[in-house]
Amino acid sequence: PCTARPSRVPAVVKNYFQLREFSFTLRDDVYLRFQSFSSPQELERELQKINPYKIDIGAVYSHRPNQHNTVHLGAFQPQEKELVFDIDMTDYDDVRTCCSSADICSKCWTLMTIAIRIIDRALVEDLGVRHRLWVYSGRRGVHCWVCDDAVRKWSPALRAAAVEYLSLVKGGADTVKKVTLSHPVHPFIRRSVDVVEKYFEEYALLGQDILGSPEKWDKVLALIPEDILPSRSCSKKDSVQRWELLRARVERSRPGGRAAAQGPCYADWEVMLQFCFPRLDINVSKGLGHLLKSPFSVHPKTGGWGVWGVWGSPAPTPAPVHSPNPPDYKKTSLAPYVKVFEQFVEGMECARRGEKIRQSDLQGDF
Amino acid sequence: MEFSSRERQKLWRLAGDRRDQYPHSLQFYLEPPTESISLVEFESFAVDRLKLLKVVENLGVSYVRGTDVYKTKLAGELRKLKFPYRALAEDDYEARRKDHISHFILRLAYCQSEDLRRWFLQQEMDLFRYRFNELTGGLMQKFLEHVNLSFEAIGEDLKNELANELSASTPGFSLPKVKEQMFYKVGLADAVDLFRARRVYIKDGFAYVPFKEIDVIVLNNYRTKLSKALALTARSLPSIQSDERLQPLLNHLSHSYVGPDYSVQKNTGKISLDQIDALSVKSFPLCMRQLHRALRDSHHLRHGGRMQYGLFLKGIGLTLEQALEFWKKEFIRGKVDADKFDKGYAYSIRHSYGKEGKRTDYTPYSCMKIIMSNPPSQGDYHGVKCTNTVIVRCPFRHSDPELLKQKLQSYKISPSGITQVLELVKGMHYQLACQKYFELTHDVDDIGFSLNHPNQYFTESQKLLSGGRELKKEFNNSGSFQQKNNSQESINSSSTPTSSNAKTDTELEELEAYFTED
Repeated sequence: PCTARPSRVPAVVKNYFQLREFSFTLRDDVYLRFQSFSSPQELERELQKINPYKIDIGAVYSHRPNQHNTVHLGAFQPQEKELVFDIDMTDYDDVRTCCSSADICSKCWTLMTIAIRIIDRALVEDLGVRHRLWVYSGRRGVHCWVCDDAVRKWSPALRAAAVEYLSLVKGGADTVKKVTLSHPVHPFIRRSVDVVEKYFEEYALLGQDILGSPEKWDKVLALIPEDILPSRSCSKKDSVQRWELLRARVERSRPGGRAAAQGPCYADWEVMLQFCFPRLDINVSKGLGHLLKSPFSVHPKTGGWGVWGVWGSPAPTPAPVHSPNPPDYKKTSLAPYVKVFEQFVEGMECARRGEKIRQSDLQGDF
Repeated sequence: MEFSSRERQKLWRLAGDRRDQYPHSLQFYLEPPTESISLVEFESFAVDRLKLLKVVENLGVSYVRGTDVYKTKLAGELRKLKFPYRALAEDDYEARRKDHISHFILRLAYCQSEDLRRWFLQQEMDLFRYRFNELTGGLMQKFLEHVNLSFEAIGEDLKNELANELSASTPGFSLPKVKEQMFYKVGLADAVDLFRARRVYIKDGFAYVPFKEIDVIVLNNYRTKLSKALALTARSLPSIQSDERLQPLLNHLSHSYVGPDYSVQKNTGKISLDQIDALSVKSFPLCMRQLHRALRDSHHLRHGGRMQYGLFLKGIGLTLEQALEFWKKEFIRGKVDADKFDKGYAYSIRHSYGKEGKRTDYTPYSCMKIIMSNPPSQGDYHGVKCTNTVIVRCPFRHSDPELLKQKLQSYKISPSGITQVLELVKGMHYQLACQKYFELTHDVDDIGFSLNHPNQYFTESQKLLSGGRELKKEFNNSGSFQQKNNSQESINSSSTPTSSNAKTDTELEELEAYFTED
């Protein structure tokens, strides 16, 4: 709960805003990096003046980014940045049949929902994160911005480690089996499987119909070890029933059904994970200098707004046309999204104020 | 001696203070020493630690870290050099103080470049890992508390609550094993590798690490701290380097050779010129053998090669007169006329014997110096005959491995031996490769010493061939830093000749006889 004290205590490190890098993409793909501003008002003026197609947000640096050329080589360094994740639908092309590349539909959007639920749970329960914001990237995926103080200071190595902790799908186009589990199964994996379970029937068996035809059936069987493999000719009628059959076979084999050296078989989980588990791009998360599209910016190619995904719903519709007198956003369809954003920021400010007050109390300042 | 009770208390306090200063046999080197120290101690501490770190490096290549033989040898070296070698709980003050001070001195020398930092960090970590693992459980706990590695051991209740999760998360930990081992709550930043690989239970931003993985975490912590400290030290280096007493020392530490310098020879004049061909095959290290061959073939060497080879010959005992005769004969065959030789090259040879100019007696190059010099330039010899100029530095370092292989084959080294040599070269262990070359050409299993200097190679070879090899090598080190172009007095002015390379007259006579039999 937030105490109603006046905010005499400064919210952030001095100069925080001035040290933040923004980048603008203009018409004709002109790209301007290392933009920085003395105040939010200055940023607003600049935006109105040059009207960029895309705005990216980068790190908070040791010096004002727009003066980085005047700084001694090596002294200009990123100091902190939100931990970000980027989940892109094209990374799932090998396991979705409804769409490919930049297309998305309500059927495959479920993959984003699953990804958000799995990762969000892990962020909160495993990594102890409190302040995170999920945003539709405007085109074909979602971004997550993790804003906890401590996490903003994480090194590239620690960020990379987090991505690896959250990764289970390994291998590229030439890898058939992308998920392999061994016993004992880590709680992170087990809890992720629990999430996938909730969506698997509707998404994979009905929506994607992954066992609906001999070709599709073969693709799945390719992931099952030979000793558990059912016969190809199957009397069952549909994906749901076929999955039941497969599932039952694997589960039966688990307690002691295989040679000790092989260990219990988790092929059913492996299939579920290969089709549904989130696929992260480590390069987006690893570096402090990496720039990510700002929430609320319009995607240059789709016109879609970058706003947080409402759970389970498809992409928001294209943006209102830019006009010299933009309507008050509270009266547009953006209003609910802005409210959520405000609440998110309020939550962080509250926590920060609470922490600062606690600290100043400890020091006996009144 | 009678003490009043007050005096007794004071003594106790002093002794207690000493103990308090170094309560453990190892440390994180967080606080630099604040006492005053003599230059002599400064230098000798630094040299000893450098020797230790080089041993650590060599042992790490020759043996698997953590095996009994590795541990025994390292313990022996620590003991010999008077560093803490046992995880004693009680007073080991002098050794610990030396450990403390020497570490900080070497930081000054080894912070100066990326390569040096990396080397220093690697050896210090290996040393730390060894010493940490030698601690008993109780001492380890105390040490961790002492360095404020806030790894709380989780209480029994919590552990029971989490037992299934811990067992499922931690490879090799069945439920019973979980119950019996301690688990620690560690921040994610401290347990990056375990976190990344999902080999521990992660909850609420913490990793739950079993006792047996704690040493990895402690090591990472140590590495991070030391790495940062080195970077910081590098920034404050200019002010240290301006101290005239320290600057030459520090400059040399990172390039130093810490053995005998072969500058004062007791065996001068004991080698005759016509022995050199045979000696070059039997007792010269590969670099000198190749330089000699190159000189014989082309009747010329460029300046660098002349220095490297010439000083080596001086080190094995050639007098100035012999040297002048040797080089002149060869150069004349190379169409350099006698007059030109006398005016130019002869001056340079006399110069290197300290008879001209500054009259500094130049010292033969150590392996370190040869390996780390600039690579040969255009027209230099890489094992391929050039028409005029030839120069070789360290063939293990500077030759193309293919050419090196061919050369070794031409010397009739066994294929398996060549493979071993090339493996070491690939791992950048040039001196170890030369040691292997020694073993192969002398047909011994173990070279028996740590090779640092071409003249040492020669001395040891001669010793072995004359049957006079001692089992244990004791070098009497003056530890002084002989500077090439410095007319200042060296810091430790006792330039005592070393006992090991001094040959008795009888030994040399036998040697001559041995060679003339060929």
